[in-house]
Amino acid sequence: MSPAPRDRFLEDAAAATADDPQRGFLRGALGGYYASRDVQKARYRDWEKARDAAALAKWTAVNRLDRNLARFEEAFVRNGGVVHWARDAAEARAIILGICREAGARSVIKSKCMTTEEIHLNDALEAEGFGVVESDLGEFIQQLRKEPPFHFVFPCMHLRRDAISELFGKHLGTPPTDSPEELTMIARRHLRDLYLRADIGISGANFLVAETGQVSITENEGNARLTCALPRVHIALAGIEKVIERLDDLAVLLPMLATAGAGQPMTCYNTLYAGPRRAGEADGPEAFHVVLLDNRRTALLADPEQRDALHCIRCGACLNVCPIFKNIGGFAYGTTYQGPIGSVITPHLRGLRNWNHLSGASSLCGACTEACPVRIDLHHHLLRNRRNAVRAHGGWADRLFHRAFGWVIARPRLFSLGGRLFRAALPVLRRLPLPYLRPWLRTRTLPEAAEPSFRQQAKEVLR
Amino acid sequence: MRVDLFIPCFVDQLAPRVGLATAKVLRGLGHEVAFREAQTCCGQPSFNSGHWDVAREAALRALDVFRGAEAVVGPSASCVAMMRKFYPEVLAGHPRAAEAADLAGRTFELGEFIVRRLGVTDVGARWEGKATYHDGCHGLRELGLRREARALLGAVRGLTLIEAEEQETCCGFGGLFSVKYPMISTAMAQVKSDALVRTGADIVVSSDPSCLLQIGGYLGRQGKAVRTLHLAEVLASR
Amino acid sequence: MSAARETILGRIAEALRLAAPRPHLSSDVPAGTPAKVGKAWLPEGGDDEEGRLALLEANLGKLRASLVRVPDAPAAAAALARLAAERGWKRLALHRGELTETVARGLPCETWCVDDGFDKDRLEACDAGLTACESLVAQTGSLLVSSASNGGRALSILPHVHVVVARRQQVLPDLEAALADARARHGGALPSMLGFITGPSRTGDIERILVLGAHGPKELHVILIG
Ligand code: SF4
Repeated sequence: MSPAPRDRFLEDAAAATADDPQRGFLRGALGGYYASRDVQKARYRDWEKARDAAALAKWTAVNRLDRNLARFEEAFVRNGGVVHWARDAAEARAIILGICREAGARSVIKSKCMTTEEIHLNDALEAEGFGVVESDLGEFIQQLRKEPPFHFVFPCMHLRRDAISELFGKHLGTPPTDSPEELTMIARRHLRDLYLRADIGISGANFLVAETGQVSITENEGNARLTCALPRVHIALAGIEKVIERLDDLAVLLPMLATAGAGQPMTCYNTLYAGPRRAGEADGPEAFHVVLLDNRRTALLADPEQRDALHCIRCGACLNVCPIFKNIGGFAYGTTYQGPIGSVITPHLRGLRNWNHLSGASSLCGACTEACPVRIDLHHHLLRNRRNAVRAHGGWADRLFHRAFGWVIARPRLFSLGGRLFRAALPVLRRLPLPYLRPWLRTRTLPEAAEPSFRQQAKEVLR
Repeated sequence: MRVDLFIPCFVDQLAPRVGLATAKVLRGLGHEVAFREAQTCCGQPSFNSGHWDVAREAALRALDVFRGAEAVVGPSASCVAMMRKFYPEVLAGHPRAAEAADLAGRTFELGEFIVRRLGVTDVGARWEGKATYHDGCHGLRELGLRREARALLGAVRGLTLIEAEEQETCCGFGGLFSVKYPMISTAMAQVKSDALVRTGADIVVSSDPSCLLQIGGYLGRQGKAVRTLHLAEVLASR
Repeated sequence: MSAARETILGRIAEALRLAAPRPHLSSDVPAGTPAKVGKAWLPEGGDDEEGRLALLEANLGKLRASLVRVPDAPAAAAALARLAAERGWKRLALHRGELTETVARGLPCETWCVDDGFDKDRLEACDAGLTACESLVAQTGSLLVSSASNGGRALSILPHVHVVVARRQQVLPDLEAALADARARHGGALPSMLGFITGPSRTGDIERILVLGAHGPKELHVILIG
């Protein structure tokens, strides 16, 4: 049996935080992002209000999700597409495998899609004998490494160029190079032919437009454009929360996604697909399927307090600014979605009992909430998860500790006495391996406490 | 104006000088300063640990303790944020929710009170040397305070303010987080403290005593000479 | 799979019986669609034609795309011919259309129209793809292309260079205007692909260092007539 998620987390986080060079590398890699994000944000006439508009667009869409999904389905079918509904990961995998089999397909090219990571699609496709290739550079690298993405927008940001060069040398037989440009070109050349030969293209979806039945896909490299242009069949896997009401909501959401997540004015390619190739169009797939996935998103929807977590447009901004993420990295989370948004939603998607430790592993600094372009109340949701966990299955020792604490702080004299005793005992406590003091003292000192407390002095001083 | 002090429990017990400095600064500005002895802890440790029932009790007590106060001023953005933002949250739907909202409107962080409420930036302080300022996250993001402490420090005679890199990065304290996830908390302290030390400042100033506990504790273990001081202590020096 | 559909829609309806609070906003947002009210807060789109052109040019420059302004179609053809000669193109792919065909006429290299029987290998072997566009967006430096008017899906993404020829009148202030314009043009039947292109293909996947030409065109040239 694999270790419990919490134990694994503690182990991995300890290892990651002990790796100073790697933490420095991550900070350095994000330095350019902060600079360009600030330049782009400054171009907004009012960034904070633009966040309001984006938040409202998603709030309206999610709070009328049933109606909007039905509208999307109707319009998408009118456009000539096929809609499938999947209650869970197994159902989604079965649907996609079915489409691949029916199309007599052999090879599949994929553009970046975290939802396919969520349902572990690649393993399922490979088990059925389909050749699957990730075409996004970062995903391609991670696929070669047999590793999940480190960051859901920047999949291989933890790797240095020499590691990538070595990887390419091993798998593609290319000579070593320390040029990111040359490494990118190696992948470009390698993948070109695979695009041309693939039978099926699988993508995700950034937005589903209810009004027009279009699937909107955002990317920088052009791999998704190729994935949706060349193969005979296009399958897009989308969480049900991706739906938005109007086409022109994108006039707000697309630039904000790019600016918040990557410091760009717009991501290089933002493409809307409405069905397969039309009569009179030069190219495009013969068939276009959308698979709408629930997989416990409705459980999150049923919690009105945290429903806004479904507004997420997966820009990655909250990871980029998160001091926890920057210090422990993406793998320690052990989740499909890393960082603050992952810590918020994973307990809903995979169970609070096993995943609440992620909500605890936060100093609640709020950098995520401040960065989120759609104003998700991220760090406060961590507090709410903690509350829910205590209510649902809190431990007795923890409950006793806090009850006792509450009892003492309700009694000023007792509190004062406790304080005195604590101060008197402090020199000794420093050397006793008490549960809360030891982890502190290992890396930090405690202040001396020689003087009388404030309340003892107050009477005198404030007279 | 009569100002009621709101002294965080660990300032009371471990850093009373911060409370004394707060009183001194406010009196220096001509206000009457009082301390209501029934106050203890705002309940944040339990709130942050998910024990909202305990926090709710603490909130209800605080409503009684500070009943009728014109202005409640505390030298801790974190504890003020507990009162202002989270008491209303734990008392949502409670019969006394309106009282919590009312108390929230009367509670201020020290620098916020002096600059925003009193409209003062020069409190007549003098401190010779180079200082750098650490923004506590609660002040920064729960209370929206950025310029207040800087305006006050800017007016201190003899003091040169040097801004650090990682200016808005968390120090990693986070209450019980610091002992439940010590490795992450320490890594954060390291990033923050290194940046503060790189400024070459003699002192690190903050409006949040809990951040100073963390930063000071880390710097202490590292044997660094940089001192940590609360904003009130700088403002109280002559 | 309609059982799944019913289950999911049922779960959603059940979940939505409890209303969620509105998000905490920084301001009182006036009534109207997000795009309409958000317009004033997004990056500007230029006040007049001059402003729009200046903005477009600046934005394309920052994106590392080139903009050549020419007075008329023959000058555009000359500009394209210069690009072809400088870069030694052997084959250029284009789509049928008044503008593209005029501009590509007399080019010192082989030309091929994708509408005459699409062949992806043949397209891959082309050095450059020439397309028109639906509109250009001053606000972001984007071009809007569609599968209906601009030669399908692959022409603007598969060749190593993408050249766009457009008229000055096609420059619109912002994304909202570009979407509205495309809808007006295509009416109820939107093209199967409608895509904003903002600069040449790029990636930062390796150490967050910018590299152009990840999978799509390494170069993007805009020839603007008028
Ligand atoms: S939660 Fe917000 S900041 Fe984080 S990825 Fe989602 S949209 Fe971006």
